[in-house]
Amino acid sequence: MTKRTIRDLLGDHPFFADLDPEYLDLIAGCGQNVVFAADTPIAREGEPADFFYVLREGRVALDVHEPARGPIVVATLSPGDVLGWSWLFAPYRWRFDVRALEPVRAVALDGVCLRGKCDADPRLGYDLVHRFAGIMVARLESTRLQLLNVYGWPA
Amino acid sequence: MTATATATGPMAPMVPHRYRVVSRHTETSDTVTIHVEPLGDPIDAPRPGQFAMLWAFGIGEVPISFSGLPGDGRLGHTIRAVGTATSALAASEPGTVIGVRGPFGNGWDVGDADGGDVMIVAGGLGLAPLRPAVDAVLAERDRYRRAVLLIGTRSPDDLMFHDDLARWRGRLDLDVQVTVDAADTGWHGDVGVVTTLIGRVPVEPGNTLALVCGPEVMMRFTTRSLIDRGLDAERIRVSLERNMQCGVGHCGHCQLGPELVCLDGPVFAWSRVAAQSAVRER
Repeated sequence: MTKRTIRDLLGDHPFFADLDPEYLDLIAGCGQNVVFAADTPIAREGEPADFFYVLREGRVALDVHEPARGPIVVATLSPGDVLGWSWLFAPYRWRFDVRALEPVRAVALDGVCLRGKCDADPRLGYDLVHRFAGIMVARLESTRLQLLNVYGWPA
Repeated sequence: MTATATATGPMAPMVPHRYRVVSRHTETSDTVTIHVEPLGDPIDAPRPGQFAMLWAFGIGEVPISFSGLPGDGRLGHTIRAVGTATSALAASEPGTVIGVRGPFGNGWDVGDADGGDVMIVAGGLGLAPLRPAVDAVLAERDRYRRAVLLIGTRSPDDLMFHDDLARWRGRLDLDVQVTVDAADTGWHGDVGVVTTLIGRVPVEPGNTLALVCGPEVMMRFTTRSLIDRGLDAERIRVSLERNMQCGVGHCGHCQLGPELVCLDGPVFAWSRVAAQSAVRER
């Protein structure tokens, strides 16, 4: 069986659909395969957000720690999702804790490396910001629905 | 004089049949499921998605969908205590006699998914009218390709029908996914609104029938996500709730534009009611 390259893995991921192949090569150059065992931390709130992750297998939870209640899960992400956009926006620090709910396989992309490439080629930068903005819009809409507590209303 | 269930003629649908509560099961802090059996003539056999008018004698009458159709003449209803009549019905202990009129409305007509995929999306109490639809799919599972059940609710404590969930999850031919809006780390399932699940399930959008039930704002966002996924609005069915009173289209209280929800619905193709659902009444 042929070993699949980082480029192959990214090319199959919906987040990079229809991306210019030249840019796919550039981005793949900043990537590496990573695995996390179940229930291990992937990121901590406040730590430098040097990477973001393209999830291939396994789910992760975004937690916020509330001293009186302990960790509260605000969202879970699954294969096909992208974890992390803090690498793209100053101050480049994680906003939430992230932990693996189950064994996770992902491609970790080096945000510092990628920011340098985006600065050097604004068209690549615009393309990536556009893709991340789409994720942010979807998650903002989901968050608003969560805040509405619609299930508490009469059906 | 007490009305009997043997009335005939045009008034027959307005006469309640007497049923006795035979079981009461607490689902959540404000929601219970009761099963009732007939004391005399039963109502006609209901279909998944239809509803009945349940009468707490001396208190009031409310429309409640069928959440269980065991097939032995008993009827299952899941009731959230939000008003006087629903609180009385929800508090009904075994032995209590209530009135039942119906069945009313059209139903899900799950068989229209024959040969294709079927996706069932439930939000909160919306799982109740979909429960018989899930069982109808499973009863004739060979008729369909993929079968998917997506459930969203506020918190793990608000999940209903635990025995059914365990049974459904135990099947290899039904993809069950559950998400909650908020949870602590003791919950190992998904957290997020139910629409986030829609992109994950491997259905063929052009050959999928979707059945959706929940609060209307949830259904509006769900139908949008389904259409974004590639489903045709004609193949998305929603169950609407309005102020149903007579159940037979006479009183007009449940009118929604040109539709009478009790008679023409409560299940509608989204293409038929999308415009009316966007009307701002206040």
